[in-house]
Parts: sequence; C-alpha cells; structure tokens
Amino acid sequence: MNPFRPATTEAASPPSTPEVEKGSLTKAFSGRPLDSLTLDAVRAGEVTTDDLRIHPETLEHQAQVAEQHANPQLAANFRRAAELTALDDADVMRIYEALRPRRSTFEELEEIAAWLDARNAPINAALVREAAEVYRRRGLCR
Amino acid sequence: MADRRVGRIRDLDARRVNLDGFAVENADLGLVALRSPYDPEPSLRLVDGRVVELDGVAEADFDTIDAFIAAHGLDLSVAEEATAFSDVELARLFVDFAVPRAEVVRLVAGCTPAKLARVLALLRPAELTMAMTKLRARRTPSNQGHVTNRADDPLLLAADAATAAAYGFRELETTVPVLADAPSNAVAVSVGAAVGAAGVLVQCSVEEALELELGLRGFVSYAETVSLYGTEGVFTDGDDTPWSKAFLTSAYASRGIKMRVSSGAGAEVLMGGAERRSMLYLESRCVSLARAIGAQGVQNGGIDGASVAAAVPAGVRELMAENVMVMARNLEACTGNDALMSESDVRRTSRTLPILLAGSDFVCSGFGTIQRYDNMFGPSNWNAEDLDDWLALQRDWGVDGGLKTAPPESLGALRRRAAEAVQAVYRWFGLADLSDESVDAAVDAVGSKDLVGDDALSVLNAARTIRESGLSMVDVVTALAESGFEEEAERVLAMLKARVVGDYLQTAAIFDSSMNVLSLVTDPNDYAGPGTGYEPSEARQAEIDDIRQARSVEDLRAEQASWASSELSVVGPALPGTDPREVLVGVSPATGREIWRTLSGLPVVDVLREILAGIEEEGCVGRVVRINDTLDLGMVGLSAARLAGSGVAVGLQAKGTALIHRRDLPPLANLELYSVAPALERSHYRLLGVNAARHARGATPEPAKNPYTDEAIEARYHTAVVSLVAVERGCCAPLGPDELKVTDESFSTGDN
Repeated sequence: MNPFRPATTEAASPPSTPEVEKGSLTKAFSGRPLDSLTLDAVRAGEVTTDDLRIHPETLEHQAQVAEQHANPQLAANFRRAAELTALDDADVMRIYEALRPRRSTFEELEEIAAWLDARNAPINAALVREAAEVYRRRGLCR
Repeated sequence: MADRRVGRIRDLDARRVNLDGFAVENADLGLVALRSPYDPEPSLRLVDGRVVELDGVAEADFDTIDAFIAAHGLDLSVAEEATAFSDVELARLFVDFAVPRAEVVRLVAGCTPAKLARVLALLRPAELTMAMTKLRARRTPSNQGHVTNRADDPLLLAADAATAAAYGFRELETTVPVLADAPSNAVAVSVGAAVGAAGVLVQCSVEEALELELGLRGFVSYAETVSLYGTEGVFTDGDDTPWSKAFLTSAYASRGIKMRVSSGAGAEVLMGGAERRSMLYLESRCVSLARAIGAQGVQNGGIDGASVAAAVPAGVRELMAENVMVMARNLEACTGNDALMSESDVRRTSRTLPILLAGSDFVCSGFGTIQRYDNMFGPSNWNAEDLDDWLALQRDWGVDGGLKTAPPESLGALRRRAAEAVQAVYRWFGLADLSDESVDAAVDAVGSKDLVGDDALSVLNAARTIRESGLSMVDVVTALAESGFEEEAERVLAMLKARVVGDYLQTAAIFDSSMNVLSLVTDPNDYAGPGTGYEPSEARQAEIDDIRQARSVEDLRAEQASWASSELSVVGPALPGTDPREVLVGVSPATGREIWRTLSGLPVVDVLREILAGIEEEGCVGRVVRINDTLDLGMVGLSAARLAGSGVAVGLQAKGTALIHRRDLPPLANLELYSVAPALERSHYRLLGVNAARHARGATPEPAKNPYTDEAIEARYHTAVVSLVAVERGCCAPLGPDELKVTDESFSTGDN
C-alpha cells in the first residue's frame, strides 16, 4: 500500500577508531600531529591552545561524513565552522553579539559581511547578508 | 453543610496528584497539545527551486523562522514526493518496522513543519514507542544528569560529578545559582567527572555568550543551552534570531565542541506568545529550525514547560511526539524527563516510562543526580532520591536506561579522590584553600545541607580568577598531573584532544569509557523489528540485572548462619507424651539448623520462649519437637499434635508462620493461623501459646488475629520466602522427630 521503495541504507561504518590509533592521521589547527599531544608535552608547557583546536580540513572531512549520513544542514554548519577556525575567539563572540536582535544596523551587518569576505569566510559572509535582509524586513535592525 | 463533599472525595482531594494544575484546553492561550484550529494547513510552493509559500504563508510575509527554514531547512528534491503522502500514510511509515529508518528520514526532510506536526499527532502512545525504538539516531541508549548544588561548592560538585559518572551518566550538566560562579562549577564538574570515568561530556548551562566562552576555554565539552522558540516574538524576546543561533552553532563546531539546541512545548505559552497555535506545531517549527541551522541534536520534551504541556489533554503524549519528531529529522534526541512535571509519583513515572522502554539517545535531558533541593535547574522528574527506583525499572523491563549500580563500598574512595583533585587544582592555582575538613564533609554529604561552613565568597573569588587570569583547561591538566592525579589528567586531556578529531561533532555522539565515539555514524540504530537493533552486551546486561539489593539463596544462608545460636539443641528422638496438660510446639526441619531468625527479625529461640511462656501461663506444660519429614506447616503442626499428651500443638515454621493444630483434624484444617510472618511480634507468639493451652483445656478462646498492614509486605519478603523454603526443603528428610531443648533464658545472653 505504501509506495515504499528500497531505500539507501545508512552507511554501516565500522566502530570508530580509538583516538590513539587515529593520532598520526589527525593534525591540530596548529598543524601539530594529534599523537604528539601527550601528557608529558603538556607538563613541559609545549602544548598551546592552537594545538588543541580543530583543523579546517578536519571539519571539511566531518562535513562529508554528515552529508553521507543524510544531513546536509549539519555539513553546511561544519563548513561555516571551518571558515571560523581562522578567527580569534573575540571576533567570533563579537559577530555572534552583532547578529542578536537589534544589536546592529543594516549597514553594520553589511560591514561584518565584507569583513568576513576579506578573511576568506564567504559562507559566513553570505549568512550575515541574508540576516541583514531579513532583519531589515522584520524590524530587527538597530 | 449541604456543600460538604463526601469522605471519598475529601480523601482524593488530599492526594498529591491534586497539587498539580490541570487546565481546560484553550487554543487562544496556546493551551492545546496536538492540534489547534488555528494551526496552518500544510503547504509548500516552489518556484524555480525557491520556496515561495510555506504552511500557508507567502514568501513576503515569512517571519524569521519561516524564512530560515525555507532557505535552509528542507530537502526540496523530495518535497513533492513527501507531499504526495497523506498524513496517515506517512504516520504508518514511522511505525512500520519493515520500512528502514533511512527512508523515513529521507521523506521527512521534505516535510514542512505543519505537515510533520500532523503526522506526529496521529501516532498513539504505543505507536510513538515503536517509532522511537526505530527512529532514534544512536543504537546504544544513554542518559544525562544534572550536577549542581545550592552553594556552588566545588568539592561537593566534584564528588557528585564522580558519583554520577560512576552511575553511568555519559553527559553531565551543571548550572549556577550565582552566574559569576560558572567557571568554577565548570572546572569542578569536569574534574570530578574525569575521576568517575573516562569520556564523560560536561556542560555548564548559562547565558549563551558566557556558555560559549566556557567552551572556548575548554572548561566544558559540550553545549546545550541554545534555546529555540516556535514564534518570532518569543524567539526575539529570548535575545536571538535564527541567524544568530546558526552562527553560534558554527562557532561551537569551529572549536570542535559538541552542541545541541533546546526547545520544547510550553515555552511560548509561558511567555504569552503562542499565537493560538498548538504546542506540537510550534515545536515542529523549532525542530525544523534546529535541522536548518545545522545543529546535530535537540533537547526537547517540554523541558521547563513540561508541566504546562502536562496540564492539557494529551499533553504528555505531545511531549513524546516532540522527541520522535527530532529523531525523524535525523537529529540527536535528548528526550526531556528533566523538569519535575508532577507532584505525583505515578504521573511522573508514567511520563517517562514509554521513553525508557523505547530507548533514547539520552532518556533524560537531565536526571537530577543530586538531591532535589540541590538542583539549581529546579527539581527533576528523577532525582538522586530515585536512583534505586530507576535501576529497578531498568531491571524490571530488561531495558537499558543508561545507568548502572555505583558500588557502595567504593563510592567513598571515589568521592574523596574527586574532592581532593579539586582541592589540589584550586590550591595549585591559588584559587582557594579548601580545607581537609571541607573535603571530609563533601565526601560524606547527602547534599549541600551537610556541608560545613559557607565558602560562597571563596567560590566567587575562584571563579573570577579563573575567568580573568586566562586560565584554560590545558592548565588544569597540568595541575592535575603535577598534583598526583595523572589518570584524571589523561582523561581531561583526552576530552580536549577529542575536539581536534571532531568525530564527536557528529549526530548523537557520546564516548564509551574507552573513548570510542558512539554516534549515528559509528553506532547507527539498525532496529528493523524483533531480533534486531540494540541489545545490551552480556556485561551490560549483568550491570542492569545485578542491583545491589539482589539476594541469592546463598546470601540468605550465610546471613542466617551468622545468627546461629547454641540455645536450641537436640536432646534425642521425640516420643509421644501422655500428660493431658502437655502442649507441643512443632518446628519445621530447618529450625535451629540453618534458619535462626524469622521474617520479622525475631530469633527463633525467642519465639519459642514466648510460645512456651504462653502455654505455661495457662497452667499447661510445653515441649518442643522438630518435625523432619515435611516442610508443610499444616503437617508440622498436625505431627506435633499427634505427639502431644493433650493432642494440641503449635506448629511453627522457622520463617515465623505459625498455627494451632489438633490431632483429630485434617491436615489443612487448623484452629488458628498466623500467616503474615513479617508482621508478627513477641506478643503475638505469646498469645498463640496461651490460646493453644486453652484449646488443650477444652476452652474456646477468641482466635488470635493476623496483624494488619497496608504496606507491600509481600514485595518486601517474597524473595526471602522463596529462599527460606528452599533451605527448609534442603533440611527435609524421612526421619523421625527430634526432641529439642531451649536453654533457660536466665542462662542465655539473649537480647531480651
């Protein structure tokens, strides 16, 4: 009765590789291999914040995994995130604040979009431009 | 007093369920669960691959929620196909286990919010349970717990976080009564969790910007307090828009931090902005938006508004329908059961049970692992007081609700290690000098009421120092390692490294205790009917089954042996008596051999002394014999009566059941019977002796009555009875009766 057709089954992946085995394959934002991030290295003061941040290529990989598992929106999120890895924490917080209701004028949002474009973050720039248009129509600009 | 209600109603009025509020359904206020007459008709019109109408609203009139969903939330390539299904046809796909999860997910991606709400409204409770079993993302169920206290005491937070981790919670959520304490709480709970187990995710629920900052600094490993609302007015009042939330979602991912959003029925009603829509429709907008902004998961099922939903007809069903909606949108579901939705134990259990049975990515989005009064989110539907109930429920139904027994004998050491780890970290950074006395108090505390002193200022000071000094979680790793907490340092470091790998950003990701990621990707739910899907491993099943209260026959035998006494001994074979004043007491085969205490906790010897004293009070002579060839109490009593000079005997089973028998009666007839052994006291046995003697003298005494209790006496004692009977059977042999001697009380060390 239901027009059910054989559907794609979700990729049955093997159990995820424990971190230790994955170490040599993954690099941190700084470029440092994951498996060099040992407790001894931390104690010696050799591990920086950037050594414990995700690399944009890793986020692109996660985006592809999300796409394969029927969630293109999650993939899009990871691709926006990959762009944001290059920004300082303070800039990320600043843009979030600017996008909250009635925090920014239309022009200020346009400026943020241009700023993002200049930092090689076009997907986020497009998101901010889209927000500016809708905020103007819905009275959410400052 | 014409309007005075009758006693039956007065009695019901006083029941706890009547502390709850129940609302008349009212669509104008949004007090309607599944469908309001003002909910829009589902519609989706596309022009050149662009949504120009969504659920009855034209593009030019889209509010921010419509606009974001239209731009990002729907798979337009399946929209036409999905629209061709009637609501009921789609609903059947949810329930039919022969239709794979992936097919439901594929079609639902093309459903508008109004369409999905209508489909979910068709599912009845058992169908929701079926749909949840099939549609949840992760194969292995899990659970999330709250760890907070009224004082923000870091030592207690750490001890309680370790305890929660030992109970099996894989995500811990803390929050603060004092906002500025947040960094301190985040550190204390993260350290405590690492003491309890590897791979426990931790979050600190505070205002969005501060929560993000805590994440960036590494103090927490996931975020959840990213609230979505179903109407634009309430969304904006919540100080966000779909775009700011989408950006926030990416901000977390850009630092490798797991996050999910929060929504749930009732929030819009409470804020007076439901716009006459049903709770299910508004939540459908939230869930569609969650998918649109790229969140991997949703915490819903009422949450703070759960009791609002529960106040209207079918409201509890609506809460579960929301959860299933999340699963159908291919997202992680953290399925409510957190805010206490009723004062009635029956209602709060009823609210959770179908979800526990179906299994969920997180059955509770906040089981209160601490005392109710210490829960700074407000009391949960389940609290520390209910941990044993939850473990029993899992065991009763043979399902995995995510928890296991934390061994009582090792919990003290675990809590001490957690408190000492935080004490060491706070000393290392000079944040606070928390005393050994405070550690001792936190280890033993039931809750914050048991703490010594008040460190409120030092906590605030520590939190401010953490926030202002630029301290990060890597520094905490160092402090732990340098203070002798290497294993915990490794565990905290492993959580930081997990951010670099990013596998736990995928849908429904948790870590097992070996740091393997279990998610939609690595552990997909493959339920396709009986014999498929999640089954606990043998080891996990043992955790579910082996609750600490379980007793075997051997446990009972050992316990009884510890009470063995020399005050009851065999003097030789029992012979018939001739004295017409002689009343016998016949005891069962295990009495004084393997069983020494009755179900009411009385030593068997004392019971015998009471009966003998009663017999003597009435001028008769008592004698004790053990009947060895039967464990049937009627036959024990009758056999003894046949040996008695008077022809009357008391029969006593070692567990305490007793009767009066006479030699001319059939085995199953008797003169008087005490059947409720667990409630019998010394005076009852004394009276039985008195009455037996009166029967022997030919009198007709007023029969002794069983004491009455309305407690679940059978639940309490039936397992013990089964074991006691097994022991009696083991002692039963085709041998003649023994004559027993009860040592005179004046020579004993009895506890009279």
